[in-house]
Amino acid sequence: MSQVHALILSGLGINCEEEMAAAYRLGGAEAEIRHLGEIFRGTCSLHEFDVVNFPGGFSFGDDLGAGKALANRLKYKKLPSGKRFINELERFLGEGKFIFGVCNGFQVLVKMGLVPNLRGAMEQEVTLTHNDSGRFEDRWCSCAVNAATRTPFLRGIDRIDLPVRHGEGKLVIRDEEIRRGIIEESLNCLSYCDAQGAPTAEYPLNPNGSALNCAGLTDRSGQILGMMPHPEAFLSRYNHPNWARLVSEHPGNGDGDGLGLFKAMVGSLLAKKEGIFQDRPGSALHLRNPPCND
Amino acid sequence: MNETAHHILLLLKDGIFDVEGHRAAEEAGRYLGLHTGKVKKGKLFSIVHEIKEREIHEFAHFALKDVVLHDVYINTLYQNSTFQSFILVSKLPGVTDDEGVSAQKTLCDLLDMRDDAGRQFIFSHDLYYLEHALPEESLRLLAEELLGNPLVNHFQFGLLEDFSWYVPTVSLASEAHTAIVEIDLPDEELVALSKRMLLSLNLAEMKAIRAYYENPAVRAQRAQAGLSPLPTDCELEVLGQTWSEHCKHKEFNATITYTDLDTGEVKTIDSLFNTFIAGATGRVKQKLEAAGEDWLLKVFSDNAGVVRIDEKSVFIWKVETHNSPSALDPYGGALTGIVGVNRDPLGTGVGGGRLLFNTNVLCFGDPFFSGRLVKGQLHPRRILAGVVQGIQDGGNKSGIPTVNGSVVFDHRFMGKPLVFCGTGAVMPASYQGRNSWEKRIDPGDRIVMAGGRVGRDGIHGATFSSLEIDEHSPRSAVQIGSPITQKNLSDFMQHACVQGLVKSSTDNGAGGLSSSVGELAGIPGGAVVHLDKVPLKYPGLKPWEIFVSESQERMTLVVEPMALGPLFELAAQFEVELSDIGWFTSLGVLDVQYEGARVAYLGLDFLHDGVPKKELVAEWKRPSLAEPVLPHIDNYNQILTRLLGSLNICSREPIIRRYDHEVKGRSVVKPLMGPSGKGPQDAAVLRLSFDSYEGIAVSNGILPRYGDIDAYAMSAGAFDEAMRQIIAVGGRLPDPGKGSPDFWSVNDNFCVPDSVYEKKTNPDGKLKLAKLVRMCQALYDMSTFFNIPMTSGKDSMKNDFQGEGVKISVPPTILYSMVAKIPDVRRVTTAELKHAGDLIYLVGTTYDELGGSEFYRLFEETGANVPVVRKENARRIYDKLNEAQNAGLVASCHDLSDGGLAVGLAEAAMGGDLGCDVTLPDNGLGFNALLFSESHSRFIVSVRAADDAAFQAILGEDCSRLGDVSSARRMVVRHTDQVMVDIELTELMDAWSSGLGGVV
Repeated sequence: MSQVHALILSGLGINCEEEMAAAYRLGGAEAEIRHLGEIFRGTCSLHEFDVVNFPGGFSFGDDLGAGKALANRLKYKKLPSGKRFINELERFLGEGKFIFGVCNGFQVLVKMGLVPNLRGAMEQEVTLTHNDSGRFEDRWCSCAVNAATRTPFLRGIDRIDLPVRHGEGKLVIRDEEIRRGIIEESLNCLSYCDAQGAPTAEYPLNPNGSALNCAGLTDRSGQILGMMPHPEAFLSRYNHPNWARLVSEHPGNGDGDGLGLFKAMVGSLLAKKEGIFQDRPGSALHLRNPPCND
Repeated sequence: MNETAHHILLLLKDGIFDVEGHRAAEEAGRYLGLHTGKVKKGKLFSIVHEIKEREIHEFAHFALKDVVLHDVYINTLYQNSTFQSFILVSKLPGVTDDEGVSAQKTLCDLLDMRDDAGRQFIFSHDLYYLEHALPEESLRLLAEELLGNPLVNHFQFGLLEDFSWYVPTVSLASEAHTAIVEIDLPDEELVALSKRMLLSLNLAEMKAIRAYYENPAVRAQRAQAGLSPLPTDCELEVLGQTWSEHCKHKEFNATITYTDLDTGEVKTIDSLFNTFIAGATGRVKQKLEAAGEDWLLKVFSDNAGVVRIDEKSVFIWKVETHNSPSALDPYGGALTGIVGVNRDPLGTGVGGGRLLFNTNVLCFGDPFFSGRLVKGQLHPRRILAGVVQGIQDGGNKSGIPTVNGSVVFDHRFMGKPLVFCGTGAVMPASYQGRNSWEKRIDPGDRIVMAGGRVGRDGIHGATFSSLEIDEHSPRSAVQIGSPITQKNLSDFMQHACVQGLVKSSTDNGAGGLSSSVGELAGIPGGAVVHLDKVPLKYPGLKPWEIFVSESQERMTLVVEPMALGPLFELAAQFEVELSDIGWFTSLGVLDVQYEGARVAYLGLDFLHDGVPKKELVAEWKRPSLAEPVLPHIDNYNQILTRLLGSLNICSREPIIRRYDHEVKGRSVVKPLMGPSGKGPQDAAVLRLSFDSYEGIAVSNGILPRYGDIDAYAMSAGAFDEAMRQIIAVGGRLPDPGKGSPDFWSVNDNFCVPDSVYEKKTNPDGKLKLAKLVRMCQALYDMSTFFNIPMTSGKDSMKNDFQGEGVKISVPPTILYSMVAKIPDVRRVTTAELKHAGDLIYLVGTTYDELGGSEFYRLFEETGANVPVVRKENARRIYDKLNEAQNAGLVASCHDLSDGGLAVGLAEAAMGGDLGCDVTLPDNGLGFNALLFSESHSRFIVSVRAADDAAFQAILGEDCSRLGDVSSARRMVVRHTDQVMVDIELTELMDAWSSGLGGVV
């Protein structure tokens, strides 16, 4: 039986690797936390994995702008092979594999030019910068999924409550053409929304003043997903700030909605993987019963 | 200026909202009354390195610039007729500049070059463009009061046409000289010597040192080692650090003669620490061990106490203060406080604990203070803003959730704020089959320094914190931590310890290497250190400066020689610098060398045990206080909103939101919860792993204002406050022998004013010391009664400020920080009301105890009836409540503290977005006492109607039904057939939410 192998990058200020790894494991995948130093010493190759994850954190302390210094390292520093990490990522994507970035990981993806990458040149087309409040904020937000998104990661989810924890999460789009492209191609896969599920610019429902009220972006292929909110911080129902009332009103299992996202994601990856590698296109989804965190 | 310096300026493009510039303009107007006009903030990088023009261009455009945000200017300034003046904020030479260092790393990545310069060559600055041509004095004020701090920043300001570049350059008189110090001096000159060298040692201590050097055996040993019979400067510095109040707790170990002037009773206390703190824990340990409970593993003897979670893991935690540095540079002080205390659990036993959470308690003066400040005193608002920013960066950037905290305001914290920082961690119970919490060191083991390089940072930090602050306080005592450096260090430590490459470790805090190596050397019985092997930030440090420097983000590791290779290899991967600086011996001597010459050679026995015991005098007299006669109150709605909006009660949301309280994904009870995420909670609760629902609860208890009436009641009350917050969420008290294997672990932190009697300078010293004794007595009584042990703690003894002849002393304060294991986090109770129709109960008994209350404070009264802890009642109530919680009968539970029932009920209602209608009993207590008394060991509890009978059956007389939860969003309080309070929740919420008025 095939298994989804998730690479969770760590080090240099990344700090959400443990919960990201737990998310994949509880979601039914195998997860390995590997230090970026291992990548740059050539002792770990991302090609052994099905999905590469950039967890949240404060890479390089957010110096030079959140995610910027790590993006620079991944774009410019040479691996022992003489190639650069970003070239390896291109090859990885060429094989139909997936990349996921959360918070600081999303900021890194944006600053490397991997999302939205409308023009396909891996140049930075948008940025994530200081919240309109000028502050780092930790608060829970409700997010709506764009029904037309191509990412398999959000399949089956319309709405999800998640925590945001960032000081630089405001999406700014370089120009009008890119803005139109993002909308036309439905790359803005996740939006901050109000109680009715409608995208909103109202603070603090929209915590940062993002363009398009955008909380997450994909590339055109849907293979890359970046988002500011933290699904890996909602693996258990008991993470939700209103769990005490929710649990008493709707008893259920202990899964948080964030874990639901990872389970769906692992399911999609597994289906895809079995389709590609075992040449069984359209085969039914054989989801192992993933270990529940109860 | 250096000829090879290049300057790259990044400015936001037009159309991008300049958040920081905008805020600078707004705050300049609000706080300083300065009208800057528009402000534009730029980031400037100066590169002092041989580098080609083309490379500078590439660096600016491909690495520094954000193509969406920035315009770039290289070696030229942005000029625009809109802006007339500027302020350039740089770091002073040698001050931590993480952004410069990160830029340097990025340059190396871009050019694919190795950074072998061994020094910082890129420096970052903030450049502010101001629309108005402000006079120099205004610009200086803006720079020093708002944009930076003269203790850490260099400023240039003026009209734009006068702009010039600046690069911080460290230049020290490069003299690695070790001096010999004459110590064969008469007494008064000994004291002067201590003062001159900033040793902070008193006459008795200086005499003990003099006697040591006169000892013929010592002389012979020194002669053999090739040293002069007189001390070196390095030796005196080491003694000054090791014997400092900060490191040796001399007052807590002093012999105290205590007289109760009311009763005439006199007693002698031989060490407060041994008698009360270690004494209490010792008794609890005995009881636990007698009952076969073995969770209390290590107390007081390491950087942090250790308790057992289960067979596989142990819990470590430490809380300490960083008051003096925070008074001088609030941001750097608090940041260093957080990252500093992180290293305590990281360096306990073998080391490498995984840091699980931070907590903090902050005490400030009134942020709205509008009087005149004396020289050297920072405005409380500024201290508050800086400290909060420091705690934010210290926790968030390290990926450690700040799970809860507390803020206390009192005008006596105007001189020195109190900044308590705590960190908890989980460590495997064993590494390679050996107990992880034990420190093992054998002769021949190597001494390896890990982490940041050494500069002149924080020299005399340990002795400085043992002094009162005045306007001449040394600037080298101030430093700024580097969370990213420490994050790499902490990641490395965890891996190195799991791989068995580290045998023991400790952190480098106060006293730097001299303390860390000196303490570790006590285990095998000696050490040899080569200071020339210590990597420096810049040349020119004297050997003693290298040894006592408190440069941050450093650990000292004990490494077996054969592990050196793999350890250095691993460190390279984590980008952590290691240096092998010596080895341990069993020769009984701390042997410190520099370039082949001995600079210190001190007997370990003398170093650790040679400090003479202090003798102090305490005299207690109960203050003559009375209950006040208050004016008639005819509008309790108004009293309630005033109380909710008051500084010590109002919502901390503006602060809480700035701390990441849920990184690591384990938070269960967060500081704010409920349907709108606004409801304040009691203890924080978090899971220990993703594989089980076992967790811990974390709380803090602090009540400085009660000490104005009775320090004993204050200390006991603070203990109860911390304990009942854990009870509120569902914690279970230890009960040796009765099957309650869940650990409790307490850090006690004393912060008191100078309590040593001096006729002229400290005439009420005896009373202050008596208060300290009473605080300790209460600690002992509470700890032994409830079987809750102290596992670690700290005392900060000189929390006084002097300036322009004004002395401001903090009120004697004790903080109890508690952690208890929670067997199943799914069963915990949160504070907010849950459902309309639920029944509201008061659990516990209200007494006429308004003394020291927040209610009295509205009337500027203290009163006399301070709340006292009735231990037997408390125990009974806590056990019953726990039984009800375990039976699933408690829908919500909130502990009552500041503001009493009125505030507790309002908070539970606001948190749940539900109303309440309650009737207070007509039981002889006045309405004010019923509603506002802060009697201990009480909770406001809501219960589903279906559970009512079962709940009452358990609680019996310890609960009283007050009323119901209602869907009408109002709070109604009735008494003797009258409606006393009837107010909309939104009105309460508005008052409660706006108390901090935008100061953070």
